[in-house]
Amino acid sequence: MSSRRVVLNFPPHLIDQPITYHLIRDYDLKVNILRARITPNEWGQMVVDINGNGENLERGLAYLAETGVVVQPLDREVRWLEDRCIQCSACVAHCPTQALTVDRATMAVAFHRDRCIACELCLNVCAYQAMEMSF
Amino acid sequence: MAKTIAEINDKIRQGKAVVCTAEEIIPLVRQKGLKQTAATVDVVTTGTFAPMCSSGAYFNLGHTKPRIKMGGGRVTLNGIPAYAGFAAVDLYMGATALAEDDPRNKVYPGRFLYGGGHVIEDLVAGRDVRLTVNAYGTDCYPRRSLDAWVRLADMNEAVLFNMRNAYQNYNVAVNLGEKVLYTYMGVLKPRLGNANYCTAGQLSPLLNDPLYRTVGVGTRIFLGGGQGYVVAHGTQHNPGVPRTAGGVPRVPAGTLAVMGDLKQMQARWLRGASFTGYGVTLAVGLGLPIPILDEEILAAAAVSDEELVAPVVDYSQAYPNCQGETLGEVTVAQLKSGEITVAGKKVATAGLSSYTKAREIALILKEWIVSGSFLLTEPVAPLPGPASGYAVKPFQERPWTPSPETV
Repeated sequence: MSSRRVVLNFPPHLIDQPITYHLIRDYDLKVNILRARITPNEWGQMVVDINGNGENLERGLAYLAETGVVVQPLDREVRWLEDRCIQCSACVAHCPTQALTVDRATMAVAFHRDRCIACELCLNVCAYQAMEMSF
Repeated sequence: MAKTIAEINDKIRQGKAVVCTAEEIIPLVRQKGLKQTAATVDVVTTGTFAPMCSSGAYFNLGHTKPRIKMGGGRVTLNGIPAYAGFAAVDLYMGATALAEDDPRNKVYPGRFLYGGGHVIEDLVAGRDVRLTVNAYGTDCYPRRSLDAWVRLADMNEAVLFNMRNAYQNYNVAVNLGEKVLYTYMGVLKPRLGNANYCTAGQLSPLLNDPLYRTVGVGTRIFLGGGQGYVVAHGTQHNPGVPRTAGGVPRVPAGTLAVMGDLKQMQARWLRGASFTGYGVTLAVGLGLPIPILDEEILAAAAVSDEELVAPVVDYSQAYPNCQGETLGEVTVAQLKSGEITVAGKKVATAGLSSYTKAREIALILKEWIVSGSFLLTEPVAPLPGPASGYAVKPFQERPWTPSPETV
């Protein structure tokens, strides 16, 4: 079994096509939709977790590309909502990569995006919903 | 040179009062000494911004046409039950209230994304909140149900009334156990994975007036971004604990009951909080002005993080079982350095109280006093002090058993 987390971008002319159905039915893939935004006459976007046998998975992705769906790898990203942050530093002891730090002189909390590995540990630790996962 | 509060207020009115924050006063006293500083500085301002669960607000919503008696009925604000056991349209919303259908810890650890604290924040932010009422109906209050939007500006009274705030000193929470703990002190990793503390240290209100020499009933304070008052000592007030040479409690001690007009307050100083696996609460911003009436009061207000200590408590056993054991003491300076040593192990620290916000509150209060918009008050009555004999008691459990007649 292989799995892939990807972002599927649907051009407007494909919105009325049952693409996910074909992915499941024709390639025997388990498709878990994590997030979707599909509206008529606009580019649609779906974040999916696709599971299945390695060969089927590759064939399924090739099918998507063939129909015109633009497949992108998922760049998960944790966002720091600075205006929601109260600068308490509860998250800092939980961050394994020092992406969340405290300036010990001022006790101000800072988020260093480049160090974040999107492990999500801070999400449950923040009481003010100041850490957010964006797909 | 002793001063009086009336003399300090005269200086405030004339725009001549000298005000320092509890942080700024430390180097000043070190440089100039107590005597000279006490002669020049009139007020020291403090601040704290942290979760304080025994907080809440009462509201008078005004009467509907026809009238409805919420008292004795069921009332919710944004789905969160409000206490309505009063007259017709008075309500109280507590910070930790949860919706009846909140999953709580059924799927452990629960997220507790919305509750009483968030309702208070939403109202203060000026947002519309949905009110639902189920009433039983009476001859004088015939209406039985109501489902409507309400907002702070339309209410008659909206008053923050917190029965326990500004704890004087607090535990440092650690976990000696083998599994992650989800507590009101945050997420505690097993085997001393982290140490969580909750104090503004040298900026903390009651750590700067440790013997309650100036704070008392009626003291005007910064509360939630507006001006509020100390109503009395808070619940669980426990002044008779061991203290340092400077009179500062070595363990949690005094508390304040406070109130203030919610309509004056700002959502940035009253924030709903969601503690994973624990529940919801309200982070409250509070600042106490300390009139420098003599050198002794100044010496106490000039206390620094190096001189303040807090007990380290295990939240896997000692705290939940109310065993009262501690794993030793650490200073606030050590806590703020990011690492302490507990049982020979280096442990990373994390705060729950925001030091930067505490500083901001002390600075705002300073600005209010300097600009003459905030006058000091004489306490109407003192708070119970260390020698008062006043003490917190544990619950005396007398289990109920059916009486022979009822069996």
